[in-house]
Amino acid sequence: MFKILKYSFYDLMRSRWSYLYFIFYLLLGLILLFLNRDVSKAVITLLNIILVLTPLIGTLFGIIYFYNSKEFTELLLAQPIKRSHIFWGQYFGISLSLSLSLVLGLGIPFLAYGIFQSTEIFNFMTLLLIGAMLTFIFVALAFNLALIFDDKIKGFGVAILTWLSFAVIYDGIFLVLLLVFNDYPLDRFALGATLFNPIDLSRILILLKLDISALLGYTGAVFQNFFGTNLGIILTFTLLNLWIIIPVLAIKVISKHKDF
Amino acid sequence: MISIKKLHKKYGKLEVLKSIDLNFEDSGIHTILGPNGSGKTTLMKAILGMVIPNDGSIEFNNKPILGEWEYRKDIAYLPQIAHFPQNLKVQELLNMLKDIRPGAVREAELISLFQIKPFLNKKLGNLSGGTAQKVNIIIALMFDSPLILMDEPTVGLDPISLIRLKKLILDEKSKGKLILITTHIISFVEEVSDRIVFILDGNIYFNGTIDTLKKQTNQKNLENAIANILEKTNV
Amino acid sequence: MLLFIIVSIAEAGNVNSTVMFNHSIRLTILNSQPGDTVFVESGTFFENEIRVDKPLTIIGTKGTIIDAEEKSFIFEITADSVSILSLTLNNVGRSYTKDYAAIHASGINNFLFENITFNNPFFAFHIEKSKNGIIRNNTIYGNAVVEYNSGNGIHLWHSSNIEVVNNNIYQMRDGIYFEFVKHCKVNGNISKNNVRYGLHFMFSNDDEYNDNIFENNGAGVAVMFSKRIYMRNNIFELNWGTASYGLLLKEINDAEITDNKFSKNTIGVNAEGSNRVNFERNTFVNNGWAIRFLGACYANKLQHNNFMYNAFDIAYSGNINGNQFDGNYWSEYTGYDLNKDNIGDIPFRPVKLFSYVVSQTPETIVLLRSLFVDILNYSEKVSPIFTPDNLKDNLPLMHPSP
Repeated sequence: MFKILKYSFYDLMRSRWSYLYFIFYLLLGLILLFLNRDVSKAVITLLNIILVLTPLIGTLFGIIYFYNSKEFTELLLAQPIKRSHIFWGQYFGISLSLSLSLVLGLGIPFLAYGIFQSTEIFNFMTLLLIGAMLTFIFVALAFNLALIFDDKIKGFGVAILTWLSFAVIYDGIFLVLLLVFNDYPLDRFALGATLFNPIDLSRILILLKLDISALLGYTGAVFQNFFGTNLGIILTFTLLNLWIIIPVLAIKVISKHKDF
Repeated sequence: MISIKKLHKKYGKLEVLKSIDLNFEDSGIHTILGPNGSGKTTLMKAILGMVIPNDGSIEFNNKPILGEWEYRKDIAYLPQIAHFPQNLKVQELLNMLKDIRPGAVREAELISLFQIKPFLNKKLGNLSGGTAQKVNIIIALMFDSPLILMDEPTVGLDPISLIRLKKLILDEKSKGKLILITTHIISFVEEVSDRIVFILDGNIYFNGTIDTLKKQTNQKNLENAIANILEKTNV
Repeated sequence: MLLFIIVSIAEAGNVNSTVMFNHSIRLTILNSQPGDTVFVESGTFFENEIRVDKPLTIIGTKGTIIDAEEKSFIFEITADSVSILSLTLNNVGRSYTKDYAAIHASGINNFLFENITFNNPFFAFHIEKSKNGIIRNNTIYGNAVVEYNSGNGIHLWHSSNIEVVNNNIYQMRDGIYFEFVKHCKVNGNISKNNVRYGLHFMFSNDDEYNDNIFENNGAGVAVMFSKRIYMRNNIFELNWGTASYGLLLKEINDAEITDNKFSKNTIGVNAEGSNRVNFERNTFVNNGWAIRFLGACYANKLQHNNFMYNAFDIAYSGNINGNQFDGNYWSEYTGYDLNKDNIGDIPFRPVKLFSYVVSQTPETIVLLRSLFVDILNYSEKVSPIFTPDNLKDNLPLMHPSP
């Protein structure tokens, strides 16, 4: 598996898309920091960008890479290698290279700016970690979709729809439900519903670090207990990990029954 | 070496292989013939474990292959279409495959045979179709495996390379290897084949030597013999 | 071990020693003359209900402790010109009917209470109908847990011209409580961990409080039904929780709120029915809501304030705006400044649609900063439907004011 990972990784590190992705984050970081000169503000802006962009790029890169390397995958399938190792290798290769683009692209300007002297360092690190985790989650989801749909157009469409669902539609429905059932106690439902969307989970994890006062204030005891303690952070983090582990295992299960 | 029993495969409603029984002995060149979509490639991929059968079994050296992967170290496979990672150079691809699968003993020999040396530092995305096919052949045959599967190996090759390939295949045969080839080129079949398996609509219509086929159909050349089978089925 | 020396100071520095009376502060005071100074030596005195009904100066030293053993009050002062200095007062009695205090003063003039430490007082200072006094450098440690059976740190009622300076108050019901109090100054105090308010003003006019720190109180500072209050240079922080805020303004008119810092409060300022209040040069940072206007608030003026990284800068109820928001810094402002005069060229709208949604259904707060909510806010920004059309800062600053 590590050999496949290594080669997928090198392959991607040399593609111009990785460079573009890296340069995009580099420019973003530079612009945010050196035009604003305000790390706190930059971290909040980054939060919005990372929550939208890393899942989208993860999904698109994942599905495109899978379809583009299909013949090569077939070549590998004819070699004495376990099936799951081929896909996992490619999966980790692409996830790592995307995460690296993110971490280096944003890390370099922030390092140059002297984030380590700032109190925002932990928020910033959490942000990068979450960006990387979202990349791993959405590349895994894209791989699963690509395995299910042989038709590129269909797979691509469903992948975009998946991203859109997690990024916007889910929250829209969620908000409408909360407003409609306004008269009922909703705190447990509201907490529960965030757990089923990795983007919401990531957002909550960052909110726990950035906007905790707003969250704690307005709502009931359930929220306070959850958000007010380390339990909230540990639980969201664990769930985020599950969001990686389950789709990664699904890659194995689905690929096992697939014809090439 | 390979024993296929009641192999059945369908894609959705389309039945590609209908309960096929086949045995391949330890050596010789076997050609799998049949029109497009008759199930030749599916059969090869089933042997490689790339296609999962709906029913039936395939044994390799008396062991079922389902879910296994180690047996593939004894198989060299030449796929029909050669597509490689665009960003890799030829040499890097070869190195990578050697890294993944040890035992590439004939790399240098094949590179000089097909005159690939000038291309070693070119990116795979920039190769012509014929050169890519040569690289494809090198990748398949650089490993010394007792079983060789070749899916349309002649596609895109110039006449000289074709002659070299033929010689190469006969060499391999003389080493006592089992070679399965799918092709459409009848002359090529006549020259190299020890045995023919004719597949049509997922069934085996003929399985035997070229001479037997000619006799059976009362035809003097292979082309007509095959046409004869096709006509009979259409009636 | 229980020794005390009683010294009478007669006129102009004459010092008279008096004999002690059965180791009792109460008896000693009973036997002292108006104008005497009573020195209390180090040691623990288990006494309560000490009445001071003549002008006296009572001075303790390090280790002078009066312990009421949770029975009744400690001092009751009914005379003018009383000073109490350098004592430790412990364990005042608790009552649901009487406001027992460590120092209870009624109808007095010209007093000084300084360097007193209180442990477990029900009330520390309970001062009524008094004027011209100073309460300075005292430290109050309460152990209040719930509102109904706890008392206030510094409790003033119907009083005027009193200075409350440099006191530290912890874990009482209200740190400082003013009701019908006029012309008083509250400066340089620290009021922390109180179960209700750090500072509580009711029906009190013409007071000012400056340079105080209010931290982690149940609900920050409440200023209610008062006029002409000046609040400068205070720090309001970490007031978290349901309906919690840094500063509550209720029916407040003509107040000045300047140079304060509101940090990490659920709601920085909660204003209800407040008019003609000037907010100037305040910094609101990392609050849930920086300022929430409820009910009828008119002719309030916000200028040169910094709004930084609050989840919501301004929340508003209703569709009419009668307040002025020009000339503040908003960290969320994304406009440009072509002529480089530090004033953004397009107006900023500080009220978000989502803040309405949250006030309707609090649980929706979990969707804060989600893409959907951003889209919602953006569409409202482009064509306001729920927020007042003229509620905007026409002169938003490009950089925070220092």
